[in-house]
Amino acid sequence: MTLAPHAPAPPAAARTWTRVCAYADLLPERGAAALVLGRQIALFRTFDGEVFAVGNRDPFSGAYVMSRGIVGSRGAEPVVAAPMHKQVFSLVTGVCLDDPMAALPVYPVRVAGGVVEIDIATAGEVSAA
Amino acid sequence: MKIVVAGYGPAAHRFADTLTGRGFAGTLTVIGEEPRHAYDRVALTSHLSGPPGTVDLTYPEITGIGAIRLGDRVTAIDRAGRAVTTAAGHREPYDVLVLATGSAPFVPPVPGAGRAFVYRTIDDLDAIRAASAGATSGVVIGGGLLGLEAADALRGLGLATHVVEMAGWLMPRQVDEGGGAVLRGHIERLGLTVHTGVGLDRIEDDRVVLADGTEIPADVVVFSAGVRPRDELARECGLAVGPRGGVVVDEGMRTSDPAIYAIGECALAGGAVYGLVAPCFTMAEVAARRVLGEDVAFTGADTSTKLKLLGVDVASFGRLSGALDVTYMDPVGGVYKKLFVSDDARTLLGGICVGDATPYTMLRPLVGRELTASPSDLLFAGAGAAMTGADFPDDAQVCSCNNVTRGEIGKAVSDLGVTDVAGVKKCTRAGTSCGSCVPTLAAILAAEGVTLSKALCEHFDHSRPELFDIVRVRGITTFSQLIAEHGRGRGCDICKPVIASILASLGGGHVLEGEQAALQDTNDHFLANIQKNGTYSVVPRIPGGEITPEKLIVIGEVARDFGLYTKITGGQRIDLFGARVEQLPKIWRRLVDAGFESGHAYGKALRTVKSCVGSTWCRYGVQDSVGMAIALELRYRGLRSPHKIKSAVSGCARECAEARSKDFGIIATDNGWNLYVGGNGGFKPRHADLLASDLSDEALVRTIDRFLMFYIRTADRLQRTAAWVEGIGLDYLREVIIDDSLGICADLDEAMARHVEGYFDEWRATIDDPDKMRRFVSFVNAPDVPDPSIVFETERDQIKPVLVEVSRS
Ligand code: SRM
Ligand SMILES: Cc1cc2nc3c(=O)[nH]c(=O)nc-3n(C[C@H](O)[C@H](O)[C@H](O)COP(=O)(O)OP(=O)(O)OC[C@H]3O[C@@H](n4cnc5c(N)ncnc54)[C@H](O)[C@@H]3O)c2cc1C
Ligand code: SF4
Ligand code: FES
Repeated sequence: MTLAPHAPAPPAAARTWTRVCAYADLLPERGAAALVLGRQIALFRTFDGEVFAVGNRDPFSGAYVMSRGIVGSRGAEPVVAAPMHKQVFSLVTGVCLDDPMAALPVYPVRVAGGVVEIDIATAGEVSAA
Repeated sequence: MKIVVAGYGPAAHRFADTLTGRGFAGTLTVIGEEPRHAYDRVALTSHLSGPPGTVDLTYPEITGIGAIRLGDRVTAIDRAGRAVTTAAGHREPYDVLVLATGSAPFVPPVPGAGRAFVYRTIDDLDAIRAASAGATSGVVIGGGLLGLEAADALRGLGLATHVVEMAGWLMPRQVDEGGGAVLRGHIERLGLTVHTGVGLDRIEDDRVVLADGTEIPADVVVFSAGVRPRDELARECGLAVGPRGGVVVDEGMRTSDPAIYAIGECALAGGAVYGLVAPCFTMAEVAARRVLGEDVAFTGADTSTKLKLLGVDVASFGRLSGALDVTYMDPVGGVYKKLFVSDDARTLLGGICVGDATPYTMLRPLVGRELTASPSDLLFAGAGAAMTGADFPDDAQVCSCNNVTRGEIGKAVSDLGVTDVAGVKKCTRAGTSCGSCVPTLAAILAAEGVTLSKALCEHFDHSRPELFDIVRVRGITTFSQLIAEHGRGRGCDICKPVIASILASLGGGHVLEGEQAALQDTNDHFLANIQKNGTYSVVPRIPGGEITPEKLIVIGEVARDFGLYTKITGGQRIDLFGARVEQLPKIWRRLVDAGFESGHAYGKALRTVKSCVGSTWCRYGVQDSVGMAIALELRYRGLRSPHKIKSAVSGCARECAEARSKDFGIIATDNGWNLYVGGNGGFKPRHADLLASDLSDEALVRTIDRFLMFYIRTADRLQRTAAWVEGIGLDYLREVIIDDSLGICADLDEAMARHVEGYFDEWRATIDDPDKMRRFVSFVNAPDVPDPSIVFETERDQIKPVLVEVSRS
């Protein structure tokens, strides 16, 4: 897993947004898997209504299950716990807080007119941070 | 020295007992008006619980006493001549006279009062019993402690019973208005009719008429409108009496005549008349020891009351007023708690609990002391939230029945090497009477040993049992409310499933209902067990392992049609592996239609109740183990708990079902069932301990009900019953769930009854609900596309997962 989670993001104007689903399709504090241009994305809507998009593959088990993890917080950080063996990942940076050597790809995401859109072009290379 | 005692109730008995026990050498004459030896008046009501003559309340006989004159009454005191005269015409000289004449019920001067009964002596109760034969209605005047007890007794005698209380609410001396309202709910639920805020106008031949004109049919009328000290002898001979009655005494229980003492309910000590038996006993001991020349004093007494009133917990302690108070009220759950604290909010003054007396034990010793936690935390002390037991000062009285302090218990641990509650009881007598201090004893023991942090996770400082109490007592129904009020942050994979389980245990409905769905681990979220490749397994319930050929065929067909791997589990049922999320509802539709239900293999819940073939077929079997296993599995299915629960029933001692490796295991005997608890296979195997023997079907179920509910309430997160039983001890467990030492059994029974009644099949409810079905899709934007990463190969003619390493672009 080689990621540069803290690499600077390209300017917003340079992004290509792909529509994924209605914001209403996402349940508060729960994830949903999405298939975007052949890639598996885990979308999360947190308690305060924010939306995050990370890769759906659990780097520890290799299974595509991250969207089924429990959403919560560690300190001030919104996180998801891998459903298989419960490693906790930041939804903001994708980094595994229990083992910083592992991380999930993080996708820029926005809600426009009630629709969740992600920038798949920069997938896996740049974090939203 | 010649001592004469007037009256032969509890106080007189304790006086004589103390005297003779300390080697008194003079003569002692006791004159009692009742035609029988002193008896336990506190337990008076139990006199009506059996057929006449079956309940014996008499105190042990005192040996070495001079003379006891029963059925005679002291009618006058000749102070100058130092002698008393009696109704039977005796003259009894004394050096020391002790008045222990107690109290008499107050009978209000209303028309018709002559046909009413009072509730004070065995004779009174016999008269009430006789009048109730063939009668249908009863009224008790007075809604205090004793009035409610009397009302329950009338109800027990088969009368439709009303209670009339002049004050605005029931038990006005013990509880405040809010507590009274909650209490009223409990009393009405028992089938009693309550009238408050209204007095009595008159009693007629077949009815009672209230001041507001209400007429209540009444074959039997009982007054319980307070008691008056029996101070008439003292008045007549010129001893000082209080303005509202009671013989004035000093710290040594001496009246205004140094040769005369007064003890018990007839005495006015420090400006108060005590209507509880414990202070009466203390007064009796002080007087006896003064007579013997010791320098002891009565300086007031704890007037805490905790009672199991008609199956309702009511407790009050300390002062029932204060500058500040903290109140929790749950009218639905019938719980009301209030603490009074000093105006700087630092000192605990007293408290009231109705419906749940758990904080009482922990808080009573802390009255008058500085608070160790916020009042609201203290209210939920439950198993020791706010105080670990170490927080008690050494001189705090922990066991009030036996006057044992925190320091003495600490010493028993440090000096005598005591390691459990049973040991503390043996060494100190703490906990051996009413048992209400036992949870505190346990907390103190814990405090003396290794203290582990009980915080569940970074979001909650409470342990699971404490959170359980908070949720239960406050009637909290959502995680959001709980974490906002008692935690911080937005939770995690530890606390969320725990709270989900607590909410489910308390009858929170479907685990996928509303916000609860977001709390569930993936297994509960999809009502299936996740496998290494992200597929799920399907485990239909097969109660007791018994299954018809038709159902076996359905399982076979479903597995074949969906291409699932099948295996017989170690729990006597069949597991189908390899289902994708979007297949789960389709698989379950087929299973539900064929009569299957969720097996809860995914939940911290009852798993299986295994059975051996038992007496139906087996030549050794002595009971129908299959029938019992099925009944138990159906009873407890769906019950959410701190960890999974497993059980088994064997038809004889050969134990083919391996019941002793289960959380609760049952082995048939010639006379019924032996119940074993706390068994475990798994990581640390443990054989279950015998909890009770030769139980009837009914007793077996009742005991398991309580065992499970008590476990659910008090165990830690992911603590199997094996560790839990080891932690609390088998003796304590027995006391609580068999002897009802905490008075919570009715509550546990009711909680289980609610579970049984509220059960529904989670899977059926899910496939019937489009909203819950929304989650069973592979992708939110491509619901019909199967997850391309899930791939199988074949092994021994069945599927097997292959983990494909899909490269990221
Ligand atoms: C399927 C089964 C094995 C089998 O093929 O036979 C099984 C499978 C699993 N067991 Fe088990 N256990 C199964 C019987 C047992 C038994 C034997 C029994 O129940 O009679 C035991 C020992 C008895 C006991 O629990 O005391 C057993 C002790 C465990 C433990 C260790 C528990 C412990 O207290 O140490 C775990 C781990 C846990 O629960 O934390 C576990 C956990 C699991 C999990 C849930 C592991 C997981 O998280 O994925 C497995 C998933 C089941 C699935 O996907 O459906 N399983 N497991 C058995 C299912 C029984 C059933 O029908 O419900
Ligand atoms: C139904 C009921 C339930 C109770 N429940 C509780 C409870 O849960 N907890 C609690 O702490 N307390 C309870 N009490 C109160 C408790 O019973 C009394 O505090 C206790 O009995 C007081 O003891 P005593 O010896 O001072 O007086 P008493 O018990 O009243 O005994 C006095 C005795 O003296 C006799 N006597 C009176 N005058 C004379 C005389 N002139 N000559 C000879 N004999 C005389 C009386 O007939 C009586 O037998 C209850 C009482 C009742 C009636
Ligand atoms: S436990 Fe006893 S009754 Fe049951 S199968 Fe074994 S031998 Fe038969
Ligand atoms: S308070 Fe300890 S046994 Fe009653």
